[in-house]
Order: sequence, then structure tokens, then C-alpha cells
Amino acid sequence: MSEVSALERPEEKRDEVESAVVRFAGDSGDGMQLTGTQFTLTAALAGNDLATFPDFPAEIRAPAGTTFGVSAFQINFGARKIMTSGDELDVLVVMNPAALITNLADVKLGGIVIADTGAFTDRNLAKAGYDANPLEEGDSLDKYRVIKIDMSRLTVEAVKEFGLSNKEALRSKNMWALGLIYWMYGRRRQASVDWLNDKFAKNTDIAAANIAALNAGHAFGETAEMPAEIGGYSIPPAQIEPGLYRTVTGTDSIALGLLKGTQLANVDLTFCSYPITPASALLHQFAAMKEFGVVTFQAEDEIAAVGAAIGASYAGSLGITSSSGPGIALKMEAIGLAIATELPLIIVNSQRAGPSTGLPTKTEQSDLYQAVFGRNADAPMPVISVSSSTDGFDVAIEAVRLATKFMTPVMLLTDGYLANASEPWLIPDMSKYEPFEVEFRTDPEDFQPFSRDPETLARPWVKPGTPQLAHRIGGIERADGSGHISYAPENHQKMTDLRAAKIDGIANDIPEQEIDQGEIGDDLVVVGWGSTYGPINRAVSNMRLEGLKVAHVHLRYIWPLPRNLGDLLGGFDQVLVPEMNNGQLVTLLRAQYLVPAEGFNKVNGKPFLINELETAIRSRLEK
Amino acid sequence: MNVQTPPEKLTAKDFATDQEVRWCPGCGDYAILKAVQRTLADMQVDPEQTVFVSGIGCAARFPYYMETYGFHTIHGRSPTIATGVKLANPDLDVWVVGGDGDMLSIGGNHTMHALRRNVDMQILLFNNEIYGLTKGQYSPTSQTGTRSPSTPYGSVDRPVSAAQFALGAGGRFIARSADILQKHLPVVLQRAYENKGASFVEIFQNCIVYNDGVFKHFTEKGAQADMQIHVEHGKPLIFGAESSKGLRMKQGLLELEVVTIGEDGVTEADILLHDETNRPLAMLLAAMQPPAFPVALGVLYCAPAPTYDGAVHDQINTIKSEKGDGDFDKLLHRGHTWEV
Repeated sequence: MSEVSALERPEEKRDEVESAVVRFAGDSGDGMQLTGTQFTLTAALAGNDLATFPDFPAEIRAPAGTTFGVSAFQINFGARKIMTSGDELDVLVVMNPAALITNLADVKLGGIVIADTGAFTDRNLAKAGYDANPLEEGDSLDKYRVIKIDMSRLTVEAVKEFGLSNKEALRSKNMWALGLIYWMYGRRRQASVDWLNDKFAKNTDIAAANIAALNAGHAFGETAEMPAEIGGYSIPPAQIEPGLYRTVTGTDSIALGLLKGTQLANVDLTFCSYPITPASALLHQFAAMKEFGVVTFQAEDEIAAVGAAIGASYAGSLGITSSSGPGIALKMEAIGLAIATELPLIIVNSQRAGPSTGLPTKTEQSDLYQAVFGRNADAPMPVISVSSSTDGFDVAIEAVRLATKFMTPVMLLTDGYLANASEPWLIPDMSKYEPFEVEFRTDPEDFQPFSRDPETLARPWVKPGTPQLAHRIGGIERADGSGHISYAPENHQKMTDLRAAKIDGIANDIPEQEIDQGEIGDDLVVVGWGSTYGPINRAVSNMRLEGLKVAHVHLRYIWPLPRNLGDLLGGFDQVLVPEMNNGQLVTLLRAQYLVPAEGFNKVNGKPFLINELETAIRSRLEK
Repeated sequence: MNVQTPPEKLTAKDFATDQEVRWCPGCGDYAILKAVQRTLADMQVDPEQTVFVSGIGCAARFPYYMETYGFHTIHGRSPTIATGVKLANPDLDVWVVGGDGDMLSIGGNHTMHALRRNVDMQILLFNNEIYGLTKGQYSPTSQTGTRSPSTPYGSVDRPVSAAQFALGAGGRFIARSADILQKHLPVVLQRAYENKGASFVEIFQNCIVYNDGVFKHFTEKGAQADMQIHVEHGKPLIFGAESSKGLRMKQGLLELEVVTIGEDGVTEADILLHDETNRPLAMLLAAMQPPAFPVALGVLYCAPAPTYDGAVHDQINTIKSEKGDGDFDKLLHRGHTWEV
């Protein structure tokens, strides 16, 4: 393939913009996720910062043309630091009427809507619920700049020479659309051309057809077949810290972090899981890491998965299990066993909207109560959370460190948004990560399975097979020290106190809470956790640019909370806690610190918009 | 490292802990514990390479009494924890101990999957056809009509047959014995230990408090000879006080029948030979019930197959030898990277 130049249109005709939000939306079968992923890669290669939001239906192959079968991929890319996937769309590409009706409300006034007229058939219009074709009649699109293109026909024409069936030919129309958007933002096609050649290496006709479609879409823009008022845009590279980058989803970074963590701890990794959306991708990643000696186990159910992970930890490997909210609920009794027997274990929860099956492919952060409180009896364990797709790496390493240092299960909270959303990641320098090697107990001198390290209160970790250390552990209350069955009242009190003190003591091992933006004494502090980091950060920085005294505190450690957090929050008159749940962290903060924290909550399956947060903060400041 | 002195010959006592055994006086579990301790000593098994894993129930207290590594876990989940132990360290010798409630009711699913995966471990199911620890409710193996606190008018559901369930789940080693058979049980336990894979042993165990005598129709001294058949690979399926009864296939049917040697022209040559590799035969033997048939004891089925834990590690080793040991830096830089 020939190298294609970056900007075929003269530069002066392009409007330079700071950032743009583009969403590709179409049928599940239209390849929107692939299209978005390619656009993401190309934006990253062009030096933009970016954030993405893949949004797809729960149904695997929903009937074509239906609203519930619409799959979308949104990307916000720009010359500045990008914190979210974007509030409003600058450009919406729709491959059928269902995609238009379900996505139009997110386009900003005056934004561009590009529609494939070829898919606006009577049948598709009816399936989407349109009485008449909105591209032809009515005023529903009056507020937008609409570009009507028969992408279907143009794609079929572009790939004619490859002798594909009409159906096969139409499969390339996503590449046609991608080509057009590449032209619109002056993007190079080469990375996608390479990718297509690689993906279809065994089927060169399909590769060539897709490339032809990509080029045809690009040429359509280039040869000025576009309406005169719509020119190209250019988005300069962002000011990004220099270094080597790749993109990662939250799943990628957590998988890498867990593997790295076990290497730093010098323990084997045994990953046991049962498939569940949106957590399964973690199982897939580890299953492909066999050359690292990673053992993966697809168990018969959620309980078996955590059971096997506990068994692996007992045998001296680090057992890790992963699920989403409903699956975590099933694991809880076993997690209690790991708390009682004081074994290391990591539970990754990719939260989704609930309760029950809820909205399996939509995000939420409503398992905080479950993580902190959701077990029978007094069963404390550390809970830490991931705040961005790149943050997963360090958080996962920290989970391994805490689990092995304190001999405790650790719950790692991520969510459906982070699991799928990708960001550019400055690949970290591995030499900066200090090892924290586990010392298994091998010395039989005065060995007691429930003796404790005086500093951490952790009990010794013994690999079965170690000479002279044979011992028994179990879920019945264990005598302090010997671990023998004990029903003694004073022993249960003591062991309950010890278990609590061990977890509370972690607060002395983790960093003090820092203020992300602003300072103590500002009029209001926004306290967040998890994937709300991006929108809160941008909302607060926008408002600070206006001169408003707003601060941002973002928690990684949910339990135990950082030791200085109470004092820190006490330094603000107002505490606002935005969460994608009905108010969970806010309850925890109020209970722990008696602060007048106020919740700001939403559960519509989508991340916060920056302007939603700005509006909420502003209304509190004007009180 | 301390220099280890060569261990003296282990005795059954070396496998007993200093913990007071807390089963009811007269419980069949005592006899099973003794048999296990004796068998392990006879085989000179290394206690420190041995792990006993149990769930919840009377039987599940077992690990506390074994001077080996042990893990008393939660109800029904012992096969999952044992699977994790084997995945992390396939060199350990793992025994799973549980009752009929633990392994066929709450944990039936896990028992099934441990068997079909053929995880290398011994699964001892103490079947007493009752819930002991929760004070006497009927269990999934209780006969229809069992009166218990939760079924005061008699249970109305039909029981599951443990051995048939295990065969149906794809188990590759299915054996049976009883608590009071102190000569027979160790032989079965040894066979189970020697089999590489999931070895399932159903042990009929008398609950003296809540279900006393439920098996006496075939375990009492007077009934043993006529109501038990001890199967042995390659030997004729003969039983009875005078060793005059035997099993043969009904002509033209997939059914067993009891015949008497010397009657109706039946000779020893007509008696079926036990073939422990024959799964359909094992199913027929497992299904036999008194009074029409004797209860089949011994190794009903043994047809070894590759183990799950072995296959998992073989695959890892194959991939390591093909790709070389994983390089984290390479993984970190996989896919598209770009310099800013």
C-alpha cells in the first residue's frame, strides 16, 4: 500500500480546534467498536490526548435495525489534557435510523450528524420507530448540520472490483465512514491500512476491499463532495509528557498490574473466575499469559472460582478472582472464610448497574457498600479503587502488596466504564517499582499458625509441604496463636478485635490523602472515588479557572480510609460527593467523620458529564 | 535449613493430632478415621505433603484430627478449595472429606465438576443418609419416607445414589466401603490413593444418634454375607454365606440377575467376571439394592484418564517451551506503541 499523506487538503482550509468528540453509532453488526478502536489508535499516533467510551448492547446479536441493537463508540481527543470521553458530540456518525434516534440527543447544538441514507429504508425507519424519514421530513434535525451520504451505495461501488457479494461489500461501510472522518480531522490512514492487512492476512480480497472503502470515504471528503460549509479540522498534538506510549483499558492495566505485583512479591499467580459481563475480559487476558506461569481456572460457578482462589492461596500461590456485582455477592461467604483464616486473596469487582442482573453492559459504582460491609458478621477487609484506565496498574500492584503483607483478602473496585474505556498510557519505568518479596514461614521454632507479626498483625504464610509445619486452619473460630478450634468467649472477642485492628492498621501503611486540586479552606471540596475522576477533575479545574474556590479530593483507599481524611474534610465548609450510585461513599464519610457531606448521584448507566458536575457545584456555591 | 533426620517408620498414631475428637460416642466416623490413619501409615505417606480439605458437617471435622496439613472450609465448597490447592501445587496429595449433605446437596455441583475434570485427589463421601450436625433433618440420600424433624410425616422426595451420581458425572474411579468393614476399607482407600485422578469413595457410615441402623440390613454380621458383594477386578461376582450366589446378565437384557450356582444348571462359568474398566457394568453394580440384590462394595470402576491439574501444568510448560519464559517488558510494550 502506498503511504498516504497526512493532510491532503490544503492546511489553510482546515479550522484548528482544541478538541473534538466523535461518536460512531450503528447496528451491532456494523463494526462500530472496531471503527472506534482504529480512530483511537490513529488519534494517539497523531499525538492527541484522548479518552474513549465504548457503549454496546447486552444482546450478542440483537435483531438488525432495532434501537436495542445499537452499538456506539465515542472518543474525545484533543490538543489538551482529555479527562473524559466528552459531554456532547461534535460529530455523530449514524449507520441507520435506530442509531440516529438513540444518539441524537447527545449531539451539541450545531453539531454535525453524518447519516448513511442507504440504511434509511422504510423497514429500518419503522424498526427505529420513525413514522417518516427524519432526513427528509420534519424538523428534528434542524438544530444540527446534517450530512446525508449514501455510504452503503458508495461502499458497494468502491469495492466492486473485488467480486464480493452485496452483503459482504456492505461490511466495509464502517471503513468508508472511518475514511471520511479521517479526512475530516486530517488523519493518516496508514495505521489502519496496516491493521487491515494484518487482520485479513489470510483473506487478501477482504483486506483490499476494506482498504478501498477506507480510501473511498477519505477521497469523498478530499474531492470536496462535502457541503461547502463543512471543511476539515485539524487538532494539533497535545502537550503530553514525553516518553513511550500505548493505549490501555482498565482491564489491561489491572491485568498487567496484578501480574507485575505477583512478580514483585515473588509469588505465583492463580486466577480463578467465572464468566460475567463486564469482568470476563480479565480472565481472557490471564488465560493468554501462560508463558508467565499464570494458572487460570474457569470454574463451574462464582463460588467455585473464589474457592479455588482461596485454595491456591492456602497452597502458597496468590489466588485472584474476578467478577461483577452479582457474582461478588455469591463469593461473599468464601471471602469471609479467607478473612477468618487470614489468607491473601484478591477480588476484582468490575461494577455494573444493578441490583440483580440490572444493566449488565452499563456502568455504575454501586458496590461500595457490598465491598466494605457486605458480609455476615464483623468481617473487615481492605477495599481499594481504580480511578482511570491507566490507574489500574498501580492499584493492582497495591492490592497484591496489601494482600500479601497483611495476609488478607483485598477487594479491588473498578467498573464497566473503566473495563472497556481506553486511554494513552506513558509506559512506566519498571525499575522504579520496589520488590516486596513474600517470606514464607519455614522455621519450625515456636511455630504457631496464628501468631502475629507485631507490626502488621499478619499471621505467617506457610506452604503445605513445608517440613515440620503441618497445621490445620478452618472457618470455626481459631484460638489466638495455636489456631485450634476455640469456642471460648474471650478468645472470640480477642480474635474479632485483632482482625479489626489488623485492617485498621493498614491506614498507617498507606499514604495520607492528598488534595488533587485546590486547598484546605476552599468553599467546597468535591470528594470522589473510582471512574468519576475524569469528569470531576475537569469540572473542578474549569471552575477554578473561573476563580471559584473548589477543591477535589479523590480516594483510592475506600477501606480503611486514609488516616488524615477526617481532618482534611474538616477543613471545608461544604463536602460534595458525586457518585454513580444512590449515595454510598457519602454515607461512609458521614458515618466515619460526622461531616456534613452531601451526595450528588446518578445511575443512568453513563459516566458523569462535566457540565452536570459544574451545575451541581455551582448551585452549592450560590447557596 | 535444618538437617532432617531420616524419619522412623510411621505408625497410625503419627497421623493423629493432639486434638480431642468430638464426634458422638459410637459414631461411624471414628472407625473411618482409624482406617485412614492406618492406611496412610501402611503406605508410609509423607504427612507434610498431605492436605485434608473438608467442608461443613460432622465428617468435615476430619482434618482437625489428621496430623497433616488441613483446611476445614465452608459448606459444600471443599472440592473447589481442593482444586485450587492442586492447581497451585500439583505435588501435594489432597484428600477431600465430606458427608452426603456437604457433597451431594449444597456442594453437588462442585463434586460433579471435580469428578468430570478428574482433579487428582481422593474424595471420601461419608454417607449416613441424614444431616447430623444440624440435628437430624433428612438428606439427599435419605430413603423416601424418612421421618426427621423437617419431615415429621416422612420425606416424599427420592434419594440420589452417590455412586451412580459420581459415575454419571464422569468419575474415573468409583469405590464403596463401609465404616465397620475395617479390613475392606483400608484396601479401598489404598486403591483410591494409588489412582491418579479424582478417586471417589462412598463410605456407608452409621449415624448413631439420628439414623442408627439405617444400613444394618446389609452391614449387620448376619446380613453381610448375603447382602454384600465385594467386587474384585477379574474375579467372578460371587457372594453369599456359601459363596454359592452370583450375578449374571439376564439373557437379551441390560440387566443383572442373582443366580445360585448348582441350581437350574447354573455353574461358576456362568457368573459374570468383574471388569472394573467397564462403565455400564459399574452403573449396574452401583444401582443394586437389597433385598433383591446385594450392595456392591469395592472398586466398582477404575479407568484412569489424564488429570486436570496435570493437563493445566502440561499446557503451561508446553507454551513456555514454545514461547520461552514470559518477558514482562515485552508484554508491557505489546501492541501499538508511540513515542511522544
